[in-house]
Amino acid sequence: MEKWAGITGTGTTTDPSTMFLLQQYWWIIVAVLGGLFVLMTMVQGGQSLFHTAKDEMEEKALINSLGRKWELTFTTLVMFGGALYAAFPLFYSVSFGGAYWVWMLILFGFVLQAVSYEYINNPNNLIGKGAYKAFLYFNGVVTVILVGAAVGTFFTGSNFSFDTTTRILEWGTAADGINLRGLEAAIDFGHGAWFNVAFGVLLFAIARLLGAMWIINDVDNNEFADLIARVRAASKRCFFVFLGALVVVLYGLVTLKGYSYDIHTGKVFMEDNKYLHNLLAGYGIQLIIFGIGAVLFLLGIFQSIFGNSTGGIKASGLGAVLIGIIVFTLAGLNGTPFYPSYADLQSSLTIQNTSGSEATLWVMTGVSLAVPFVLGYIAYVWYQMKKDGPITREELEDPESHAY
Amino acid sequence: MVDYNMLEWARAQFAMTAIFHFFFVPFTLGMSFMVAYFETIYVKTGKAEWKQITQFWQVLFGINFAIGLSTGIIHEFEFGTNWSTYSWVVGDLFGAPLAVEGVIAFFMEATFAAIAFFGWKRVSKGVHLMSSWLLAAGSNLSALWILIANGFMQHPTSAFYTFNIDTARLELTDFLSLILQPVAQVKFLHVVTASYTMAAVFVLGVSSLYLLRGKYTSFAKKSATVAAASGLIASIAVAVIGDDHAYEVANTQPTKIASLEGLIVGEKGAPIVAMGLPKYMSVEEIKNAKEGDGFTFEIALPHLLSILGKREFDAFVPGVKDLIYGNEEYGIWSWDKLVAEGKRAIDDLHKYHAAKKAGDEAGMKAAEEDFHAIVADVDGTKVERAELMGYGYFAELPNNGIEFAYPPVAPVFFSFHLMVALGFWFILLFVLAYVAVLKDTYWDNKMLQQAALFTIPLPWIAISFGWMSAEIGRQPWTVFGVLPTFKSVTPLDLVNVQATFFMFLVAFVVLGIAELKMLFTVVKNGPKGAH
Repeated sequence: MEKWAGITGTGTTTDPSTMFLLQQYWWIIVAVLGGLFVLMTMVQGGQSLFHTAKDEMEEKALINSLGRKWELTFTTLVMFGGALYAAFPLFYSVSFGGAYWVWMLILFGFVLQAVSYEYINNPNNLIGKGAYKAFLYFNGVVTVILVGAAVGTFFTGSNFSFDTTTRILEWGTAADGINLRGLEAAIDFGHGAWFNVAFGVLLFAIARLLGAMWIINDVDNNEFADLIARVRAASKRCFFVFLGALVVVLYGLVTLKGYSYDIHTGKVFMEDNKYLHNLLAGYGIQLIIFGIGAVLFLLGIFQSIFGNSTGGIKASGLGAVLIGIIVFTLAGLNGTPFYPSYADLQSSLTIQNTSGSEATLWVMTGVSLAVPFVLGYIAYVWYQMKKDGPITREELEDPESHAY
Repeated sequence: MVDYNMLEWARAQFAMTAIFHFFFVPFTLGMSFMVAYFETIYVKTGKAEWKQITQFWQVLFGINFAIGLSTGIIHEFEFGTNWSTYSWVVGDLFGAPLAVEGVIAFFMEATFAAIAFFGWKRVSKGVHLMSSWLLAAGSNLSALWILIANGFMQHPTSAFYTFNIDTARLELTDFLSLILQPVAQVKFLHVVTASYTMAAVFVLGVSSLYLLRGKYTSFAKKSATVAAASGLIASIAVAVIGDDHAYEVANTQPTKIASLEGLIVGEKGAPIVAMGLPKYMSVEEIKNAKEGDGFTFEIALPHLLSILGKREFDAFVPGVKDLIYGNEEYGIWSWDKLVAEGKRAIDDLHKYHAAKKAGDEAGMKAAEEDFHAIVADVDGTKVERAELMGYGYFAELPNNGIEFAYPPVAPVFFSFHLMVALGFWFILLFVLAYVAVLKDTYWDNKMLQQAALFTIPLPWIAISFGWMSAEIGRQPWTVFGVLPTFKSVTPLDLVNVQATFFMFLVAFVVLGIAELKMLFTVVKNGPKGAH
């Protein structure tokens, strides 16, 4: 008898197929939120470009352009966490409780970011402007790489075992005997650390490219011509980092022996080229979406980074969302344990054995109907704030306009 | 076996985060509406002075807003990182309100904050005003959902959950009942009215500072008038709803109400101790205690606790002794009896899973039937053995962990009583201020202005005490009667928890001081140029 067999989180359900549909629906919602989060990491990416500002006004332009959007990134992250908590509580428990230091450092990076925009240009901020700039840079580089590496473990696995009855979670010890509580994902090359790190670097490069395109779009290109030129130059260099990391990640995805499970028995096993199979499953719909996303992402880069257009963020932004969605669907659908364990294969977490009850998933499904409305008013507000054109020197200097 | 040292550090870390978070949140809840109200007057009258008033208070609100938001996410993460067993066992119920909070409230807050702070010149007056109100609504809706989650922790009932023997966790059965649980509703109203009181105290206090210094007089008069009126309504509402809250607590968490009032031995016509010094008593001393024991000295108001808790002059209110050693006359089970039933439920759970593994269907059925057997009838409500499972975990501890069966009396008693005393002070202050404003004498009443100024920090203290009494008072449970705190914590090595504790402590101290420095500077510089 397999450890998870029969434990599908079904609780009160009488129809396992309905339950499974709800679990898949919720994984797709998580994937969409993940995709939106990838787009919103443009704020972090932009923070990693602070060094391109050479005077106070240029710096202020960057801070105000990014600072008006940080709350949305933050909220998307909170929502991503909230959706995982409600829909897949066992994942929340195992991953957050197990990979303790990874999540704590990610959390710390976001806490530092949250206060920095409000405090950075305030003369009484206690620790000086430089400190808050460093916080934003830390959040823009280290935090993003950590998030990417954490998502990488969705493919390479983690070092844990879990018993549902006794509720005992054991997070394994690294080879040198120290329990790094998740940080081993970046150094344990025998268990795919190279892939995790490449994934982190890839996310960082995507974030920086998106950040650059957002700045190019949001800051007046004529008044800040020198800044825009430096942002473009930095992004061109970043593009090559992006390509390098992409090659490694794609190589990994295509060649990695992936984790798989039987959706009826719950038995987990290894499968050659699993993620390639996932990409091609269902008439290749994921491959098509991934391809469209990749083309759009590159199109935007050629428009705004290698060309002089200000609108590249639109194509690249949409492309990033689509790519993000497919990364998560590859990790969790088609009989794939989205949080595998290499220490105890049968402890691997799937959308079936981690999910909330049917009642909760139904309630959440009802709530998810509000999402288009939420996206609608976000778009409305975005339009309202952008309709008068990009950020100008006049606006930043105007005492009547609240500015960071 | 849980490392109790680590458990205490994990609790301290969560408490530190909660207290720090709640320095900012109530201010946000109250000030957001206050700012929206000021802006409404500006839009209606078109007078520039009201715009200046709005922008001044908005700047102060903004400084708080970011740090409130950022400390909120720490909580969301800590439920997973430090309380992972809790998240697994009750995540099905607890996660849903959190997710709804994200969809319904957080996005509203974050989206419209951008317009409220930066849209003064980018959008029309109408759109800006709407954004300010939606920002306030989003903030307050957020409080509603998190307090629904907290209400469940205070009083979980079979009306909205069941224990699933297969998944070994609590599962939602009725979302509407979860939302409409009276404990959560009164808690929400108590918290938001306290938050409006805090904002009113702050606005009145800062306005009074300007009046005392003879600066920005017109600004201060207008602000103080709004604050005095809203503060009067809010502070009275806090007390009225607080009474309802106490009634709910008395009927759902008897160990908490006994500790809040320092009632060691239950009695009919139980008193409220208005002032007193509770004695430390061991469980042995409690066992031998007699009616009236428990205080070194006290000033007691007879019958008031019976009226407050049971709405009857002579009703019996159980004390700590009755609740841990039982009281047959009133049908109260002893702690040991509860632990024994709970232990049997845990054994049933293990038997069920062993039988399942062996493919023994008869064994599974027998274990499940025993697990769900009705063991008590409390005022017509049937209690299943499964509902007592949480008590069974205490069988692991010496003497069934009886010394942990109730919260520590002194900190709960003092925090509660100080909160109440401060609440009455706020009512008195606002009555005096409102009458003085109506009579047009507040502007020259230096004593009242000074009182308002020195009252500024007190709502923060009152609210922190309120949460301390609520959360320490719930011990030894994270989910009252269902999941003990020591069974909720993530099994981590102590050093991890200590390291993150200090990491956050340093961050909170630095950011807290920076925050105060900025607030003081904005107040010192006054409304001119605040934007």
